Amino acid sequence: MEILGYLIPISLFLGGLGLAAFVWALRSQQFDDPEGDSHRILADDYDDVPRA
Amino acid sequence: MAVSAPISACPACVAAPGAEDLAAARDAKGARILLSMPGVHCAACISTVERDLARHPGVGSARVNLTLKRVSVEADASVTPEALIERLDKLGYEALELDPGVLSMTETDRQGRDLLMRLGVAFFAMMNVMLLSVAVWSGAEDATRDLFHWVSAAIALPTVAFSGQPFFRSAWAALRARRLGMDVPISLALILASGISVYETIHSGHHAYFDAAVMLTFFLLGGRYLDFRTRAIARSAAQELAALEVPRAQRLMDTGEETVNVVDLQPGDLVRVRPGGRVPVDGVVTDGTTEIDRSLLTGESLPAWAGPDTVVSAGEVNLTGPLVVRVTAAGKDSSLHRMADLVAVAESARTRYTSLADRAARAYSPLVHVLAFSAFLVWLWISQGDVRLAVNIAAAVLIITCPCALGLAVPAVVTAASGKLFRKGLLIKNGTALERLAEVDTVVFDKTGTLTLGAPEPTNLADHPREALQVAAALAGASAHPLSQALAQGARAAGVHPAKVDDLREVPGYGVEGRWRGQIVRFGRAGWVGATPRDVTATYLAIGDAAPRAFTFADRLRPGAADVVEKLTAQGKHVMLLSGDVPGAVSELAQRLGIADWRAEALPQDKAALIMDMSAAGRRVLMVGDGLNDTAALAAAHVSVSPASALDAARVASDIVLLGRDIAPISEAVRIAEKSTRRIRENFAISGLYNVVAVPIALLGFATPLAAALAMSLSSITVSLNALRLK
Repeated sequence: MEILGYLIPISLFLGGLGLAAFVWALRSQQFDDPEGDSHRILADDYDDVPRA
Repeated sequence: MAVSAPISACPACVAAPGAEDLAAARDAKGARILLSMPGVHCAACISTVERDLARHPGVGSARVNLTLKRVSVEADASVTPEALIERLDKLGYEALELDPGVLSMTETDRQGRDLLMRLGVAFFAMMNVMLLSVAVWSGAEDATRDLFHWVSAAIALPTVAFSGQPFFRSAWAALRARRLGMDVPISLALILASGISVYETIHSGHHAYFDAAVMLTFFLLGGRYLDFRTRAIARSAAQELAALEVPRAQRLMDTGEETVNVVDLQPGDLVRVRPGGRVPVDGVVTDGTTEIDRSLLTGESLPAWAGPDTVVSAGEVNLTGPLVVRVTAAGKDSSLHRMADLVAVAESARTRYTSLADRAARAYSPLVHVLAFSAFLVWLWISQGDVRLAVNIAAAVLIITCPCALGLAVPAVVTAASGKLFRKGLLIKNGTALERLAEVDTVVFDKTGTLTLGAPEPTNLADHPREALQVAAALAGASAHPLSQALAQGARAAGVHPAKVDDLREVPGYGVEGRWRGQIVRFGRAGWVGATPRDVTATYLAIGDAAPRAFTFADRLRPGAADVVEKLTAQGKHVMLLSGDVPGAVSELAQRLGIADWRAEALPQDKAALIMDMSAAGRRVLMVGDGLNDTAALAAAHVSVSPASALDAARVASDIVLLGRDIAPISEAVRIAEKSTRRIRENFAISGLYNVVAVPIALLGFATPLAAALAMSLSSITVSLNALRLK
């Protein structure tokens, strides 16, 4: 069962990464317009040239 | 419980002062323009609008927010909002300028992000603790179990301390006010569950409730967040409406004209009111003649003449000529404010409505505490003083009964329903408005501006010879008066070309005069052209010395008016028309729409009194109105709706605002409200059922952390799914 000594920290670390990503997304205002973003991803306006 | 807490009773009041401060700040910077676009709804709209705005010279970037239906534009100081609005108008989108100051995202957004952060942390902790718990449930023993409990504790305790704060805070506030809200048993369960689990972990016990504590936090925070979002959207839309109107006036000074805030005006000041503008104060006309539209104040659809020494009140609209008004009362003393006092009286008379959630919480909180405490005492007695066992069982009872489903039942349904209504153009301003709307059995409509648009249309064009029509069209085309405009438009639609009339001259307050084939022709008020006035809205045409002809007008129906009356009647509601206008106009409209019960010439006090009488007689009244004269009645009614075109005071007094021009969604709203109240009751029944099954198990001491976790997630998920069934 020594493997638990590695697995638990690893799983917590991975979960923590997810949490950090969530916090980053929240801070960079990615939850401000959920409805618009769901449409935006389908638009092909900036497919060839990225938005300035 | 948070669901029942009202939204700020007067969103506009909170927003208005900020509007003025920040307008000044923006003038200096001139960088960011915020437009409200009620019409954006699709993916194509986003790119069309953004691309087109970016092409406007001076515009740096534009971004559409589809959730809030707004576009924010970064631009040079040279770009004016008007230019952008015009541009969007050409694309076919209605746009309105917003004051970015009022809508400062700061407070609301900060709160929303704060809640979302706590929710995210609780979710992370729940998932991890759950993984560890699965191992314990499947039979981990001794040192392994203790290790898992310790790791769970390390995750759960900080999470409960951080994510549970909203509950602890509101529970503390409730206790200090000597109440037992929903949050007191929640907080108690969280603290007790964490405490007993730590104790058990230290003593190598079998059961730890860390998973239950975190799960409880997550589900309840979910309900809290839904509730917050619904309200934030409602509040931001209400602020948008307020931001559209910053009360300003043109004050005449010795040195010239200056724009001032209405609150800064003193009695004795002179203000200029442009044609088409709203009179900002109570006063007496000192210079100029015109016609004024009093419909918002009195419900009269017929414009009244105004000249020197006529008394005018704040809220009236100047139609034709410029006016100079000497202020007799401004701000607190004006008739607008006296009306606001009337609203305050009516509101205090309104029987306080207790929401379903409140009623549930009131029955639930004491019951839970009594159950948990008696379980503690009984087990203490049975086990002859085993405090550890007794506390364990009491904690299990608290956790199992804890209102996950109750906390989600209302917010989930209200979110689903108000989202649906928002898409139909109805903005729910008040948390309990839906429930109250569901109880309505009588619907009272105001006439002018509510069932009608307050915009006239000619009714007897066919009765006149073509020549008279041509002259009338020519004269009418020279004036901006609503009746003239309506006639000119009607004539154009009928294929009538205006005759050639020379020396056209508008006489403000009376009409238009000109010369046609050598004869003087006049088009305007009855007295001025020498006609006897009729009792319907009309203007008169005199050609030379011939007998004057009357052009009659009827108020144009608001789209959906006939539909909404028909549908409400079909739903078994009693429909009534209540207006301040003359009997002729009211009875004509009542007949046209098929409303049997109508009353005319009702003063504002009469309207409010009538509504209160009906309420006293046990009726639940839905009042739909837009004018200042309806404000007290709106506040007195069980629930009230006003169109977005209504005066600020009326919108503030009403629970629901109709954003579009079409009034038909009201009947739909009543249907959805009835449905959603049924769903809320169903949800209460479902979570009650879970408790009936789970509580005896907990009381008998058979509840394991696994049972608690199962009961909690099952009931929460069922309740949320039931809410989504709303159609």
